[in-house]
Amino acid sequence: METPAAIRFDRLGQVFETGSGRVEALRNVSFEVARHEFLAVLGPSGCGKSTLLRMIAGLLEPTSGAVEVFGRRVDGPREDIGIVFQKPTLLPWANIEDNVMFPVRHKRGRVGSHDRDRAQELLRMVGLEGFGKRLPDELSGGMQQRVGIARALHMEPDILLMDEPFSALDALTREEMGFDLLRIFGERPKTVVFITHSVSEAALLADRVLVMTGRPGSVLTELPVPVARPRGRETIKDPAVTELAAHLRDLLLQRDAA
Amino acid sequence: MSLSMPDFTKPESKRPDPRRILAAPGVAAILTILGTVALWELAARTLDIPSYLLPAPSSIFSTFPSIGAERWMGHVWATLRVALLGFALAIAIAIPLAIALVRSPALNRTLYPLLVIVQSTPVVAIAPIIIVVLGAGDAPRIVITTLICFFPLVVSTATGLAATPPELIELSRSLRAPAFREITQIRLPFAVPYVFSALKISVTLAVIGAVVAEFCASDAGVGYFIQFSTSMFKLPQAWAGLFVLAAMSLALFQAVSWAQKLLFPWSLPRKR
Repeated sequence: METPAAIRFDRLGQVFETGSGRVEALRNVSFEVARHEFLAVLGPSGCGKSTLLRMIAGLLEPTSGAVEVFGRRVDGPREDIGIVFQKPTLLPWANIEDNVMFPVRHKRGRVGSHDRDRAQELLRMVGLEGFGKRLPDELSGGMQQRVGIARALHMEPDILLMDEPFSALDALTREEMGFDLLRIFGERPKTVVFITHSVSEAALLADRVLVMTGRPGSVLTELPVPVARPRGRETIKDPAVTELAAHLRDLLLQRDAA
Repeated sequence: MSLSMPDFTKPESKRPDPRRILAAPGVAAILTILGTVALWELAARTLDIPSYLLPAPSSIFSTFPSIGAERWMGHVWATLRVALLGFALAIAIAIPLAIALVRSPALNRTLYPLLVIVQSTPVVAIAPIIIVVLGAGDAPRIVITTLICFFPLVVSTATGLAATPPELIELSRSLRAPAFREITQIRLPFAVPYVFSALKISVTLAVIGAVVAEFCASDAGVGYFIQFSTSMFKLPQAWAGLFVLAAMSLALFQAVSWAQKLLFPWSLPRKR
């Protein structure tokens, strides 16, 4: 028997009823993400990219079609999924370590020494060793987003959803965070759906790039990234990556002009 | 002449700069108050204003020793007790009510208009009715105080509970955590700054509430003391009572500020 895809969208459509009428956000969206694959989703603003993530997480039910995770139809929130938001959204009163352990404390009401060890290990992995007792507002925006990533990984999810996680950061920090992600997922492969506006970020990080059209959002095309792993700082200069980035940029600009 | 703020940020010299002393916290406020009192005293003496219109500060202050500490303490305690109990009752009602309003859209639609109507009714006007209904004792005074000071608490707490970042609510839902932890671990802590700004308003309203209640029916308290002194035409004494009330309000306001600083230091704007 063939192993099911980690995530499968089957002719999915989404219509929102708003005060001013019906808004069709997504139309006939079908695609798959294999286990441990890194999929980048690229598209114009308002094409329903975040809606896709919320459906995988089971926070939103599709109007038509279905989403499957590991062969099972999503019909409610799933715990084996971690989410990294656009803003770090940490708890300002809790120190960094407690922020990383927040999902456990929130779900079970208490944390054990194992959870604390795991938080320490994750903080080391995202390059924040020794910052565990600091408060969020003592950290820079990039460091706070690293805490957000550690928090999403604390419950050891199979799937990680990232909703434009670096869009609030400055260009240099953003690039740095990209390299860090390559290293982190090199150590522990995950199934990742990564939403971004940046074509170079998509080309650097992803195994495959899904390009979406404007509203109603649908799949324009899927492009593999023809660069082997492990990738690193030099990958950004790889002709295959720059070529793909240029191609993606053309695709997006054409759609905008049309 | 320049209208801009004087520059207090120049580097420190060897001698203490008088402008720096002025810039120290509280110094300007204390000087302003002392200046006003001095001017008032001067005006009362030179213009020969009758004491029933505006008594001189010196004649107001001289009533403090003549009343005696024991009587003062009795009145202050009577007012403070009602104000604090009314304030505590307001907190006990307002916070659960705000949680209920945020949790339930149906309650929000039905209960909220009712709250607005209660708030729009001048409590001062209902006070005599409440006294008749609840009779003598502290109970009617506490109820009046609570009615006057609970509304800002409900509104502000509800606003704070709803102002939580939606991402954290989604995180909570995605974890399928028990609903009460969404309140205790996310919404309530995020509402703390809102709750405290309302507590500061409410605690001064509580003093007003206690005084209103004393005006209606009482035989003790600073409000009662003012009313009694006025009816005896002892205006300096009434003014002394007023000063005591202002001092009580200020002290309670400070106490709430300190409580926030002590218990929730992260909820204050960071000093850079």
